[in-house]
Amino acid sequence: MLTLKRLTKRYKTGDLALQEVTLDIPQGQVVGLIGPSGAGKSTLIRCINRLVEPTAGTVQLKELNLTSLSQTALRRARRHMGMIFQEYALVERLTVMENVLSGQLGYVSFWRSLLRRFPTPAVQQAFAVLDRVGLLDHVDKRADALSGGQRQRVGIARALLQNPDLLLVDEPTASLDPKTSRQIMRLITEICAERQLAAIINIHDVALAQLFVQRIIGLRQGQVVYDGAPDGLTAEVLTDIYGAEDWSATIRKEPVEEPPVAEEEEPLPEKKLAVAR
Amino acid sequence: MQWKKPPFIANQWLRYGLLVGVVGYLVLGLNSIEVNWIRLWDGLPRGWAFVSGFLTPDFLSRGGDIWEGIVESLTMTLTSTVIGVLISVPIGVGAARNLAPTPVYLVCRSVIALSRSFQEVIIAILFVAMVGFGPLAGFLTLAFATIGFLAKLLAEDIEDIDESQAEAIRATGAGWLQLINYGIQPQVMPRLIGLSLYRLDINFRESAVIGIVGAGGIGATLNTAIDRYEYSSAAAILIIIIGFVLLAEYLSGFIRKKVQ
Repeated sequence: MLTLKRLTKRYKTGDLALQEVTLDIPQGQVVGLIGPSGAGKSTLIRCINRLVEPTAGTVQLKELNLTSLSQTALRRARRHMGMIFQEYALVERLTVMENVLSGQLGYVSFWRSLLRRFPTPAVQQAFAVLDRVGLLDHVDKRADALSGGQRQRVGIARALLQNPDLLLVDEPTASLDPKTSRQIMRLITEICAERQLAAIINIHDVALAQLFVQRIIGLRQGQVVYDGAPDGLTAEVLTDIYGAEDWSATIRKEPVEEPPVAEEEEPLPEKKLAVAR
Repeated sequence: MQWKKPPFIANQWLRYGLLVGVVGYLVLGLNSIEVNWIRLWDGLPRGWAFVSGFLTPDFLSRGGDIWEGIVESLTMTLTSTVIGVLISVPIGVGAARNLAPTPVYLVCRSVIALSRSFQEVIIAILFVAMVGFGPLAGFLTLAFATIGFLAKLLAEDIEDIDESQAEAIRATGAGWLQLINYGIQPQVMPRLIGLSLYRLDINFRESAVIGIVGAGGIGATLNTAIDRYEYSSAAAILIIIIGFVLLAEYLSGFIRKKVQ
């Protein structure tokens, strides 16, 4: 359903963030994207919805070639790709409901969105989705009044209001405690199963990824160095992706409660220029 | 063990040379000021007359003129602030590097630079020459000055927003206006309101100044009072201005706290 062909991104600074990444993701598959900081994970998912403009290669979502779309057509195509962010990226001063309904912005006219008069089906859907993620009691609270886990649930609800075919998930658990991290990963994967959504989840916590995803892609310096089942992550594979380290504590089949090691967060690429598009 | 903070200017000669140069210029500069001590002595009683006028402010004998001036100033202040804010919002958005394409950015920045490069009094003289004496010139002056002030600070606030919130809105497929309304506006609104109230306050004070060059308002009344040596009436006017500024200060602080 989603096909990347030789996708390449070179930043103006000359850094080659992605090198000829070729992938095919079928409907309903949840993929974990792992790799060290700076390997190009954030760039990869942003090149799919073109928040970052790829330098070469193609991205195809169903029949649509995303890389060749005009700005207007791109906006229409973005509706089908829900995005979930590391620091939730909720509009802090808007209410939970406004944040969730902002997932519908690609479908409604400016005047309707300005006056917050969204069509009845959209509002019904928003209530249903908020019920699904367990936030019905917080509809009119401001987003900055919620806890981390609750905020990420709002982020998920917002992505679902887009009625997407694909979820692009950027480090959904990096700011959450271990228990909440699991709940959020469980929620995302359950929802993907319910709605037959494909998802690409950038994640630092290898063990957490192994628990929830069906396929792991390992990225190192912009290149795919592993693509296979979560069970195939042996010490050799992890060394190949991240570099040499004692991996015995990371590789396991049984879920063990243990806080994830704090990792450095990957900086967002092209931070300032991004809004212009 | 000894430790010393490394000096800001590493070169010792440059460091002490600069210091000697600045002190020398200061001494020479102070010596070049000519003080006419006799004139200063003569001026003391005049200064005292002004100060004693403050001790006996006279609100009544020019009450009608003062009232008229105040109403005119308040009208000028409010209308010019509202119009100025309305015009500065689109210009401020256009002057934000992260939202506007380069040509729009340059045009909007030029408008801001033009508005900021002239002091209110100079703009007022220009508008008085164009439209004649009275509050219309004052209104135009204050609205024009508001644009430079507000658009610049708004643009800077927009450039400082949390980009991830805007990025999330863009990722939903939102249009440009929707991006502004959902991704940007909530982040800058408290500051925009705060700045507008602050500008209202500035415009009231400025209305008193530009009145002196003929742009209407309480400044014109104040100017007349001083010209006639009616220091008691002038004192009354100044006290009223101070009162209004204090009131505006208190109200804007209160409102800003509410919208945060």
